[in-house]
Amino acid sequence: MTDATTPVTPRSKKSVSLTSPDARTQKRKAAEARFRMYGIAGIATGIFCLIVLLTSILASGTGAFQQTFISVQVYLDPAKLDKKGNRDPADIAKVSTFGYTPLIQQAVFDAVQQAGIETPLTRSKDMKALISASAAAQVRDVVIADPTLIGETIGFRILASSRVDGYLKDRVMREDVARDKNIDAEHLDLVDALVPLGIVEKTFNMDFITGADASESRAEAAGIGVAMMGSFFMMLVVLVLSLPIGVAASIYLEEFAPKNRWTDLIEVNIANLAAVPSIVFGILGLAVFIQFMHLPQSAPLVGGLVLTLMTLPTIIISTRASLKAVPPSIRDAALGVGASKMQAVFHHVLPLAAPGILTGTIIGLAQALGETAPLLLIGMVGFIASNAPDGIASGLLDPNSAMPAQIYEWAKRADPAFYERAWGGIIILLVFLISMNTLAVILRRRFERRW
Amino acid sequence: MPLLWLLLLILALSVAGFVLGRGRALASAGGDSRLLHSLPVYYGSNAFMKSVVPASGLLILWMLVQPLVLENRISGMIPQSEIAEGSSMGLVMSEVRRTAEGLDNAVAAGAMRAEDAFSPTADTAGITQALKDAGQVVTSEISPAMLRAAQAYRQMSASSGLLMSIAVLVVAAAGAAWGIRESGRDFRARNVVEQGILAILIAAASVAILTTIGIILSLIFNTVEFFRLYPAADFFTLLEWAPSFSGRGGASSLGILPLLWGTIYISIVALLVAVPIGLFSAIYLSEYASARVRGIAKPLLEILAGIPTIVYGLFALLTIGPMLVSVFGNEGLGWMGGGRSVMTAGIAMGIMLIPFVSSLSDDIINAVPQSLRDGSYGLGATRSETIRQVVLPAALPGIVGAILLAASRAIGETMIVVLGAGAAARLSLNPFEAMTTVTAKIVSQLTGDSDFASPEALVAFALGITLFVLTLGLNVFALYIVRKYREQYE
Repeated sequence: MTDATTPVTPRSKKSVSLTSPDARTQKRKAAEARFRMYGIAGIATGIFCLIVLLTSILASGTGAFQQTFISVQVYLDPAKLDKKGNRDPADIAKVSTFGYTPLIQQAVFDAVQQAGIETPLTRSKDMKALISASAAAQVRDVVIADPTLIGETIGFRILASSRVDGYLKDRVMREDVARDKNIDAEHLDLVDALVPLGIVEKTFNMDFITGADASESRAEAAGIGVAMMGSFFMMLVVLVLSLPIGVAASIYLEEFAPKNRWTDLIEVNIANLAAVPSIVFGILGLAVFIQFMHLPQSAPLVGGLVLTLMTLPTIIISTRASLKAVPPSIRDAALGVGASKMQAVFHHVLPLAAPGILTGTIIGLAQALGETAPLLLIGMVGFIASNAPDGIASGLLDPNSAMPAQIYEWAKRADPAFYERAWGGIIILLVFLISMNTLAVILRRRFERRW
Repeated sequence: MPLLWLLLLILALSVAGFVLGRGRALASAGGDSRLLHSLPVYYGSNAFMKSVVPASGLLILWMLVQPLVLENRISGMIPQSEIAEGSSMGLVMSEVRRTAEGLDNAVAAGAMRAEDAFSPTADTAGITQALKDAGQVVTSEISPAMLRAAQAYRQMSASSGLLMSIAVLVVAAAGAAWGIRESGRDFRARNVVEQGILAILIAAASVAILTTIGIILSLIFNTVEFFRLYPAADFFTLLEWAPSFSGRGGASSLGILPLLWGTIYISIVALLVAVPIGLFSAIYLSEYASARVRGIAKPLLEILAGIPTIVYGLFALLTIGPMLVSVFGNEGLGWMGGGRSVMTAGIAMGIMLIPFVSSLSDDIINAVPQSLRDGSYGLGATRSETIRQVVLPAALPGIVGAILLAASRAIGETMIVVLGAGAAARLSLNPFEAMTTVTAKIVSQLTGDSDFASPEALVAFALGITLFVLTLGLNVFALYIVRKYREQYE
């Protein structure tokens, strides 16, 4: 060997202690620490994104749960509302909301005068900017319901316009008002003066949770309640169809299916369907349910059918997992005492797998509840569903929206006041999703059996 | 007869079958159920099943076939001259359906007399006016041919409905009677019922296949229709996407390439965000983290996967977009015009995909056997060296598969790009420019349309089939890679 002849390269002049690391070890240790830091940074970024997402939802959405109202005494002038003076409901119904608007403006103006606020706005018409366009309809509904009120002075809590609402929620800034033709700085001064008097106040907004969507110009009146009903009916369809079909399919595949081509085909199909983009299911729904079968457009029934097809793979996969978890000894015991195969499965295996199936179903439903894209194609956007359905048939067949579709609709509108509604809608949607998932976790913890 | 009543009647017939069948079986054994071949409940179920299943099958079949047959018959009645320029048979047919419904509604509301509405010689102007007065939707003047078609349509659909009710009820009653007749002490009711249940289970399992067939057929038929109106070569090669709005005339250029480019560009940005973050999280969670940290961080990351995509869309539009504009916009670097851009959508989509990448990779890294790590440690490697040189190479096929699955998810994602990416189709390299994707265009070409006759609407199906093939291909490829290159341990 040539070891002896090779000159020994002097490593370093200093003698190296074993306890102090040399340069290479230090480098490796630094690399180790760096790598670890990358990992921590990855997780931190992920969690940071989650926090940013949740805070921006909460920060922008909580405003939707509060709404500015103006409390005024409206004099229901008989000269305007009932010109003939005979209190005939048919005549009163003929007076459109235009007849009511001046009365409300006058009422707000009177309130300002009484409070002795100095303002350059000297005409009652100047109050228009403060009042929501839906206030007149609100007063009109009360009058039509009870025509005897005409001639009296009634206290109303009417919606303030979305600009006033935005001003009190710091969404509308004074700097922006100069460019805004809907409201002037004088109006904001007036609002500032009215707030301490309690005439203008910001309170909890139940109408957002229970109400219907409103037209483009009345952001302050829009609510998500009707869309919630639409979502509810869709989920009803999904539950009624996907649970039995999913469970039946899983039982067949897990317990009875022979190993053959057909079974393989079904398995491959289910795996692929789980990966098909949701919009493709929308195309399917449009082509098959609407174009071919002529089911009504925008109906929760069609939405439910499409979402059923989408959730089926999820439910089948989780049901099969929970069927698989039931040990074979249970089946053997049942067969041993003379049960048929069918009886063993339906009387013993299925009840034991039920908690797992239920959990999977709830998670599948939660997924379906938040799905939007297929709903756009079957027409559950773009119109205003103004009335809550009054029965199961109308709930299933009448055009309606759904929560995520409603949120999308608001996000598309130009007025930033609707963005607040969209975030608020998301909070409600997430509350539903969180409670469903929590329920699933609780069920799993409570009933899960380890064999 | 309303559908609900029909369903209730079927149910009533079959419940009657159940009770009678069970009773007859018991009677044949002299009331002693021990003498029967099966438990009494099986005899009842036999009759029940024989009544309900064929009847509801017939009902569904009839409801599927009826519109086809009617359409066929009626379209023969409409002369070619009725189909206006730029219109199509489908549009005329829906007009006929609307008119027929309008006639029925108007008569039901008492706005028209039945003999006026349904007489073949009725004057069309009068009827149009009457329908309009009754608040029914009438788009244009009803022509005599249209009116006759509408009258025939409603008559045929009414008689077909009646026929269907009778046929379904007869089938239900016959099935129940058959089941009852069979019920005797030696009839093997349990075996028959179990055969029936098995058939139902198989049918349920085949729904998955039906769905796939439905998807493929609906895509293919409409795509073929599209290519009949618009040359396929243009669709695949044109570098421009400029649909003319239907009705205004002018030819559209419907090239898919700009859309594909937008889709791929946004997906690449999303993967550039999701893969490093997701992969490093997975490595840390499976190799470094203590059980406690893992127990907290993993579910937190997975929350991101449970958030609906509409939320990410809104997040992109209202949070990420303005944030990017404040840095790269006209007041900052001046690279960005508006809030909607490839980056906006890509970042939001990347955040959405983090848990997808991390939990898939986590599973794969965990599946690498401990002995490999122990061997590496035994040779003096540090943890990070072990991970980089032993664990990751072993897990690589799985990780590549996971990334491909994430890519397929990104390509098929809709809501984020609809809200965050913009509407203009562009072939550009600037990631701060608005671009659009295949999915976003499917939505914009199809929303609000109920009749698809124009190439501008039908193109959505061609886009859909492209998307379907693309995502399916990626999924199959991912599975192939995982299977082919998977290391076999033990």
